[in-house]
Amino acid sequence: MMKFRFRRQGADPQREKLKQELFAFNKTVEHGFPNQPSALAFDPELRIMAIGTRSGAVKIYGAPGVEFTGLHRDAATVTQMHFLTGQGRLLSLLDDSSLHLWEIVHHNGCAHLEEALSFQLPSRPGFDGASAPLSLTRVTVVLLVAAGDIAALGTEGSSVFFLDVTTLTLLEGQTLAPGEVLRSVPDDYRCGKALGPVESLQGHLRDPTKILIGYSRGLLVIWNQASQCVDHIFLGNQLESLCWGRDSSTVVSSHSDGSYAVWSVDAGSSPTLQPTVATTPYGPFPCKAINKILWRNCESGGHFIIFSGGMPRASYGDRHCVSVLRAETLVTLDFTSRIIDFFTVHSTRPEDEFDDPQALAVLLEEELVVLDLQTPGWPAVPAPYLAPLHSSAITCSAHVASVPAKLWARIVSAGEQQSPQPVSSALSWPITGGRNLAQEPSQRGLLLTGHEDGTVRFWDASGVALRPLYKLSTAGLFQTDCEHADSLAQAAEDDWPPFRKVGCFDPYSDDPRLGVQKVALCKYTAQMVVAGTAGQVLVLELSDVPVEQAVSVAIIDLLQDREGFTWKGHERLSPRTGPLPWPAGFQPRVLVQCLPPAAVTAVTLHTEWSLVAFGTSHGFGLFDYQRKSPVLARCTLHPNDSLAMEGPLSRVKSLKKSLRQSFRRIRKSRVSGKKRAANASSKLQEANAQLAEQACPHDVEMTPVQRRIEPRSADDSLSGVVRCLYFADTFLRDGAHHGPTMWAGTNSGSVFAYALEVPAAAVGGEKRPEQAVEAVLGKEVQLMHRAPVVAIAVLDGRGRPLPEPYEASRDLAQAPDMQGGHAVLIASEEQFKVFTLPKVSAKTKFKLTAHEGCRVRKVALATFASVACEDYAETCLACLTNLGDVHVFSVPGLRPQVHYSCIRKEDISGIASCVFTRHGQGFYLISPSEFERFSLSARNITEPLCSLDINWPRDATQASYRIRESPKLSQANGTPSILLAPQSLDGSPDPAHSKGPDTPEPPEAALSPMSIDSATSADTTLDTTGDVTVEDVKDFLGKARTIPTSTCPARSWSAGSLAPAWPLNIEPRLLTCRLHWDLLSCPA
Amino acid sequence: KILHKTDVVGFTCFGAEFRRFSLDRHKPGKFEDFYKLVVHTHHISNSDVTIGYADVHGDLLPINNDDNFCKAVSSANPLLRVFIQKREEAERGSLGAGSLCRRRRALGALRDEGPRRRAHLDIGLPRDFRPVSSIIDVDLVPETHRRVRLHRHGCEKPLGFYIRDGASVRVTPHGLEKVPGIFISRMVPGGLAESTGLLAVNDEVLEVNGIEVAGKTLDQVTDMMIANSHNLIVTVKPANQRNNVVRGGRALGSSGPPSDGTAGFVGPPAPRVLQNFHPDEAESDEDNDVVIEGTLEPRLLSSLRADPRHSLALPPGGVEEHGPAVTL
Repeated sequence: MMKFRFRRQGADPQREKLKQELFAFNKTVEHGFPNQPSALAFDPELRIMAIGTRSGAVKIYGAPGVEFTGLHRDAATVTQMHFLTGQGRLLSLLDDSSLHLWEIVHHNGCAHLEEALSFQLPSRPGFDGASAPLSLTRVTVVLLVAAGDIAALGTEGSSVFFLDVTTLTLLEGQTLAPGEVLRSVPDDYRCGKALGPVESLQGHLRDPTKILIGYSRGLLVIWNQASQCVDHIFLGNQLESLCWGRDSSTVVSSHSDGSYAVWSVDAGSSPTLQPTVATTPYGPFPCKAINKILWRNCESGGHFIIFSGGMPRASYGDRHCVSVLRAETLVTLDFTSRIIDFFTVHSTRPEDEFDDPQALAVLLEEELVVLDLQTPGWPAVPAPYLAPLHSSAITCSAHVASVPAKLWARIVSAGEQQSPQPVSSALSWPITGGRNLAQEPSQRGLLLTGHEDGTVRFWDASGVALRPLYKLSTAGLFQTDCEHADSLAQAAEDDWPPFRKVGCFDPYSDDPRLGVQKVALCKYTAQMVVAGTAGQVLVLELSDVPVEQAVSVAIIDLLQDREGFTWKGHERLSPRTGPLPWPAGFQPRVLVQCLPPAAVTAVTLHTEWSLVAFGTSHGFGLFDYQRKSPVLARCTLHPNDSLAMEGPLSRVKSLKKSLRQSFRRIRKSRVSGKKRAANASSKLQEANAQLAEQACPHDVEMTPVQRRIEPRSADDSLSGVVRCLYFADTFLRDGAHHGPTMWAGTNSGSVFAYALEVPAAAVGGEKRPEQAVEAVLGKEVQLMHRAPVVAIAVLDGRGRPLPEPYEASRDLAQAPDMQGGHAVLIASEEQFKVFTLPKVSAKTKFKLTAHEGCRVRKVALATFASVACEDYAETCLACLTNLGDVHVFSVPGLRPQVHYSCIRKEDISGIASCVFTRHGQGFYLISPSEFERFSLSARNITEPLCSLDINWPRDATQASYRIRESPKLSQANGTPSILLAPQSLDGSPDPAHSKGPDTPEPPEAALSPMSIDSATSADTTLDTTGDVTVEDVKDFLGKARTIPTSTCPARSWSAGSLAPAWPLNIEPRLLTCRLHWDLLSCPA
Repeated sequence: KILHKTDVVGFTCFGAEFRRFSLDRHKPGKFEDFYKLVVHTHHISNSDVTIGYADVHGDLLPINNDDNFCKAVSSANPLLRVFIQKREEAERGSLGAGSLCRRRRALGALRDEGPRRRAHLDIGLPRDFRPVSSIIDVDLVPETHRRVRLHRHGCEKPLGFYIRDGASVRVTPHGLEKVPGIFISRMVPGGLAESTGLLAVNDEVLEVNGIEVAGKTLDQVTDMMIANSHNLIVTVKPANQRNNVVRGGRALGSSGPPSDGTAGFVGPPAPRVLQNFHPDEAESDEDNDVVIEGTLEPRLLSSLRADPRHSLALPPGGVEEHGPAVTL
């Protein structure tokens, strides 16, 4: 086909170079709270905290901006993590009984987390712990002893093994078998029973030879590693957890019956049978187990006992509680999600006499809560990061770039008034390790998330740490059913236990109609519009003082007297009448209620004209919020479209979807069933399976999954859904006069353009005169392919998108070229088209679906700045497809520039949640609680750049022969990132480099360690897990020496050098890496 | 006379003369009667004329039997524009058409020598028809493949086929390999695809509008086909390899009679073969988005009205009764 051949332009080397300077794909940082955390660790010396997840991710956090991410090769649950204190090293235990040693290493001044060693426990199936005591069965607990050089592993089979941490090898012959312990135990305790799994291992703070071992059945032993004998024995009940007292004269144990006991160590070597204290704090009725207990003493006298669980089984067994007890004060912290682990921040220097805990950090399934233990009342410390994005499910998001400093300060102050900081607290965020090396962000970015409970949260997205700024709640305006239910329930509760609600994770929405569907904010006037599920459109304005005022309500009927339709969906929310108190912050001015109250599908705001436009599945409307009067309502329904009338879209969709899914399930089960049969070793089974297959009638197989090839017709259901709305000052009537216009695009490929008659504002005046705004339909475009219109934008005479309201008039952006020659870019799900204005005729187009077979999900116009030239930038169209790929097109030429695979195509919610920024970055949800941040720009990259002071005498020999890999690159949900551009391959993302004028050189970049991951993900020449000897590497180098060294003159290295050194064995993989790169960089 | 709602208002045009008449939509009557009515109203009963009408797409189609007369009346909404030409003028005009037509007519004449001649089927001139499908690029495509173009002039007829995943055997450097492929799984009876006879169940789809489908998922290929549905060009490897076009100008059908009954074909099943269709041709009926100007510019409006294609291809509900939107 000739026309397709012509379209492929030859690779222009200059353009290719420019593209490399403009575009680069990086997944930079994960914002929010790790999904499904499973382990917690804290390094009191470096003051860094690690969180492990069920998908095998390790995340280390220090001061805001200090973040390290790693991903285990196997996506197994991280069950335990232990820091080698002060060394920046971390030992992790997975549920597949493998141990991994992670290191924070510095490359060119920036620290990264890398997996150094791993150790798979030799499993010996067929023996159970009791009969083969020396076999290393499942590891239950890990304790680092001797300054982290040796790890003690407690196992299910009651033995304790010792492991050399530096090499991750078992120290044979040091194993403590249960038999040795049992010798010291009185006969009547033994009575032929096993000790049970090792439940707890605790080291002595001052004497590293002493280890406190607790067995599940209740035996506690202080084992002296030096003399290889038992110092003390305590006989207790079914054990859950242990803790030493500070002075090592007391031991606290917690038990499965909800009790804890305090034991005195002083009594001689004879077995202690009775604890000094034993209580069941929430007795006398049966209680649940106390899973973990901590004992911390204070200089001011007394001690803290902090434990999780232990609640009365019948009445509060379902609560997730941590109890903090000090002297007579008991507080039962009542959390909304499961408790994973907790730790206290306290003094750990051996010479100190007291623990003096400063803070308690509790990791929950859905959030992290830190309490200040030094301030009376133990208030919560607001976290500067790890915010639970999903405290209510995210329903939409929007990004506002380059927020003016004034608005920023006002939002921050409104947020501070909302949650007053504990002023008396001397303690701020206690996890302060590391230094953030990233430059102060050049501009402020605001991420807005709309939530199911009707709130909009404002996040500081300028840097690596996503910080909550302000929370706007729209629920107060409406009467909901479940009001005051909470407070009543609270009052009815008894005073005992002394519950205190902590944390903000609250996934239960009062009323699904409150859900926020669309948000738009004008950063110059601090006005915003929030639109919801029940057709409510709220116009709000930021105010620094609280007021009490009534909100005016306007109702717009979008059906416009269409007959024969009945709305069977939810009713509209009824607003509260009369003056209502509004705190400082965004306060509602007008409520526009669409009828029928279907979910708002598009919204846009023009503050200069005081107009807000909104659309639902039935039509769109235009409202003048200055005069509080409707301007226009237009029904977009097709007469045959009955589905849209009947109710919420979700119901219709879900029926279709569930049908499709059930078909898929049937198919899948058939396939997997076959597999199972094939795997079965028994021949009989195989024969049976064959018989069964023959017996099964083949006509089931005759109806495979098939797709109907039929163009969309005008009367497809939901064709009237308004997908986008847009305001522009452009030429609609004729080429000589420009004026305000409004554009609307629908699901069936219709575009309506209205010319607006907006009375001009007086010179210097903010507000326009009180005259009615008029709207006249100027154009109607029906795209022949009838695909949903996802975005509309007007380009000025120079091909640049028009600035936002007030941007030009306040000299904040270059004024648009109003000399005519405007064009409108209409992006549908299938193609992009640029039409001339005022006569609408197609100028350029790109048919994405016809070429690639993918459909457009999100588009945005973004400015891409060059890394090579300070003031060169291009405006391009960024587009995310249903396959999860990101494409960039030139504007207005609509030529494809680059494309990257970004999100797995199965990750529907990730694709749906994607939001692009104005400067070539983007966010998408990788889990309900985490945004992945990515950048398409080669210059505008927000990634963690940090360093950590580690006092670890790095052993030269062991450092250089290790297989290293770079963990950040692949993300927690396991998507391997495909790296293309030089910046992404560059392992040294120092800020100077990314901003500097020097051009990145791909060959040099290919050397970097970060590229390895991409190479190994594609194809590996070396077995990365196997042992690579030095000889192997030398052999290989001998063959391939010329290629790598000649291509990387910029870096000098030698086999003997260490420090930030390149491990030798990176070398061979370099070749694959470059190949991979070449492959990716060929013109698409 | 007061027109009923079911009536069709007709305008006949003979040269510069216009006549107006009305018909009952449901009982249009016989073609003979209509012919008489036309020649009577124009007072041309002594001359031999051909009658044609403008269909919804603005194409001039003939009225020469009861069937297409009924079709013409039923498709009028409510205006029916009838064009009358003297027979000799019409013939002369057709002589100017391409040599292909002439050859075909000669071929037809040969065939007509059979007993069918007695039936005296009055078939319109080739240019009175519009193509619904064609085999294209015969010189570029391997003999075992077939590149089929489906013309879909916005007609109501569905494209009418389904595709599915499957496996095909390919010759690769490593020998024969089973590779995943996309196949036609079902034809809708009466659909465009079935009526052409050029696509069949189990044909493997290799390309869609020049883009290979290898490596693409079923959903991707579906989206590609739908995106191209106004001018769909699919390259298939027919499951039945006996009807392939043989290169070198040999007669069609020499490789044996067609085995599958091609419903919808009256004449010989030989499809219309176009050598090297032009890219311009593909562009010409590209998706022309319909632009309706508002009342702001009456000039453009009139020019729009002149083109029946634009005014009539609109979705029925798209422009009705709303303010300044134009009803044509």
